[in-house]
Amino acid sequence: MERITIDPVTRLEGHGKIEIFLDPDGEVANAYFQIPELRGFERFCVGRPVEEMPTLTNRICGVCPEAHHMAAAKAGDAVYHVDPPRTAKLLRELLYSAFYVTDHTTHFYALGGPDFVVGPDAPAAERNILGVLAKVGMEVGGKVIQARKQGHNVVEMIGGRKIHPATAVPGGMTQGITEEQRAEIEKIGRWSIEFAQFSLGIFDQIVLGNDAYKEMVLSDGYTHRTYYMGLVDPNKKVNFYDGQVSIMSPDGERVGTYAPAEYRDWIAEHVEPWTYLKFPYLKKVGWKGFVDGADSGVYCATPLSRLNTAEGMATPLAQAAYERFYDTLAPKPEPGGKRLIHHRLATHWARLVELLYAAERMVELATDPEITSPNVRIVPTEKPTEGVGTVEAPRGTLTHHYVTDERGVLTSVNLLVGTTNNYAPMAMSVKKAAESLIHKGVVVHQGLLNRVEMAFRLYDPCFGCATHSLPGEMPLQVAIRNADGEVIEVLSQNC
Amino acid sequence: MSPTAKSSGAAKAGAKPKLAIFGAASCGGCDIAIVNIHEHIVEVAAAFDIVLWPTIMDGKYADIEAMDDGEITITLVSGSMRTDETVHLARLLRRKSKFMVAFGSCASEGCIPGLANLSSRKQIIDTAFSTTSTDNPDGIRPVWEYQAPEGVLHLPEFEPMLRTLDQVVEVDYTIPGCPPESKQIWAALQAVVAALNGTGPLPPRGAVLGAGESTVCDECARKRDVKKIDRFVRIQQIAQFDPEICLLEQGLPCNGPATRDGCGALCPAVGAPCIGCYGAAPGVVDYGARLISAYASVVEAQKPDDIDKVLDGIVDPAGQFYRFSLAGSLLRSSKAAWNTDGEK
Ligand code: SF4
Ligand code: SF4
Repeated sequence: MERITIDPVTRLEGHGKIEIFLDPDGEVANAYFQIPELRGFERFCVGRPVEEMPTLTNRICGVCPEAHHMAAAKAGDAVYHVDPPRTAKLLRELLYSAFYVTDHTTHFYALGGPDFVVGPDAPAAERNILGVLAKVGMEVGGKVIQARKQGHNVVEMIGGRKIHPATAVPGGMTQGITEEQRAEIEKIGRWSIEFAQFSLGIFDQIVLGNDAYKEMVLSDGYTHRTYYMGLVDPNKKVNFYDGQVSIMSPDGERVGTYAPAEYRDWIAEHVEPWTYLKFPYLKKVGWKGFVDGADSGVYCATPLSRLNTAEGMATPLAQAAYERFYDTLAPKPEPGGKRLIHHRLATHWARLVELLYAAERMVELATDPEITSPNVRIVPTEKPTEGVGTVEAPRGTLTHHYVTDERGVLTSVNLLVGTTNNYAPMAMSVKKAAESLIHKGVVVHQGLLNRVEMAFRLYDPCFGCATHSLPGEMPLQVAIRNADGEVIEVLSQNC
Repeated sequence: MSPTAKSSGAAKAGAKPKLAIFGAASCGGCDIAIVNIHEHIVEVAAAFDIVLWPTIMDGKYADIEAMDDGEITITLVSGSMRTDETVHLARLLRRKSKFMVAFGSCASEGCIPGLANLSSRKQIIDTAFSTTSTDNPDGIRPVWEYQAPEGVLHLPEFEPMLRTLDQVVEVDYTIPGCPPESKQIWAALQAVVAALNGTGPLPPRGAVLGAGESTVCDECARKRDVKKIDRFVRIQQIAQFDPEICLLEQGLPCNGPATRDGCGALCPAVGAPCIGCYGAAPGVVDYGARLISAYASVVEAQKPDDIDKVLDGIVDPAGQFYRFSLAGSLLRSSKAAWNTDGEK
């Protein structure tokens, strides 16, 4: 059997390796997407005091430590059965919104954007941040740097450090913010709204204004009809910091909405012996393998999923952008009644809608009259037991589940990490790309590598999170093997 | 793909010193911290020919293998040595590099993931694949070599122990921190550039760059030598700590006294204890031992037994005293990690 190996993928944060096997006729027999790393947080966090989890689990991922910091603090609140003061929750969400602005900006301009803005057919050497700047103008580079810098400054103001913040603890925050800091954050928030609108404008001009790109977005190769997951507020609007988890079927029917603590009734993780990462799926539908559709428990948790799952955005400008997104790509509702977009490349656009929401939310929170209150912590009085904390990480719904002894020392830890949610859909996208670009043993080399990379990047995978390892070498290698198991090709454009 | 396409470009840029940035088993925070030198990144790109930085740009390991030994001027390695694959790449980069830098806590002392060395490899893998939401009735575990119906699939071997970079290859310099503060990274890079240009001294081999020669306490604005303690408290037990007084002297276990300065004492400034991410202060042989003696010195009790009683109030001594430094410490691991008997 022939085999193709892709290893590793650059501009993805984490590691990955793809093996494609061909049958005797040279058609794709199977494709495997392997995650070659594990770190073992679920084991070595046992024995640690629960109040340390926000800083220990930061180290799962340096790209989204804020997500782990918040999920861990919320799980800690739940372990101690405390509801932090309102200001503490506002501060956590404010830090988190600033982080979203930074993270989505980085993704769009440096990681995912190059494929779109520079163009999927451009030479690989140009499909990077420098290529983006060459196309949209150097002054945009200045804005991107400013957006990242300011976002990290807000994280530092509230969290104490730019990377791996330190202030969220069970019961609230270690410290509040001053009026001076608040005013500065408000200013940054207002600037970020403009920047988000500007970014949506670039997308409009370069992608929507180009028929070839539009066609690619709508093409079958990038379309998957799976279930979708996202965190929603009581009005079923997208929320990043808090709420209930909602599930949407591929036919536009709301399957259910549950409190994070009930996650085990809804999600289970499937295991394969050829990878260090597990495959979460919807328990009520069941694991049916790597397949699409309503009968398969495979789901997706991305910016696109969140928009598909929610009824809209909670802020006015983002809501308008949301409407325009669906009017353009899914004018008609699915049989279940909800308008859905199954074109995975539209995730890049969805990410910009979320960028605008995060910026608007920053301003809302920074102008809340209680945001500078010094009342940021409540001392737990109940015995610590067990708790679940869920936030919406940029790369998917993130859940921390802790059990402690009566001293609040961990006896069991379960982590369902953002990127992991999308492991099965990513594996499916890889297989789909391989099937359409390999026939009778003939491999469309550059096309295959590009397709696979693009399919990956739209999920913005971060296998640091997933393997509880991280962005080091996510370069990619595809090995193609013939029916006798001999390697006939190794494609490795980036390693 | 076309391995020749890139080499002509590399030859043209040959006059510049070559820089490689590599992440082994890491969280990526080190890469983000480098990117966070923001506009200075342009100066780095101007000063160096960046030959590898997988998180940020396309590059090929094959190109590295094709290089002469010592051709890369300086390689920054973040992340720890967790699998045979990371070890292999670290050795390859060592061979090709004049200077090898252990960048950040994982590479230099093992960091939080080094706490894995408190367990055996089997316990780590068993836990990950049998959690409460894992559907695994057959007890499936990942295997380094798996016979799939279509052929054999390989995974890098998860090694019995996590190792630091200097436990695998020789290291010339260390930049501490989890992650190193961007200001310090920029300062260290400027010093390196100056040394390469001949406008500054070359730091002595083994030097710690991007940090100070003292402790976090020395950078901390909180007042010390004010109080003694008769018990340790946990952060969630006290609604508000005095913002001016040393946290340790208010009973909160703070790692400042044993930790190298360099961050500017960021955590105590926001009411959180230092957790020790800059590693051991200069001259400290054993991080945990230094911290224990610092704690003993703030305890009111005088008799060893009474001091011990107060120290018993620390709920997780292994984590408290070796949170970031276990893998790189004299201890390195618990007995469990050495015990690979009966493993499949
Ligand atoms: S022990 Fe902590 S709080 Fe006290 S002076 Fe040192 S760093 Fe500051
Ligand atoms: S105070 Fe301690 S834990 Fe915080 S950044 Fe500095 S060295 Fe790291």
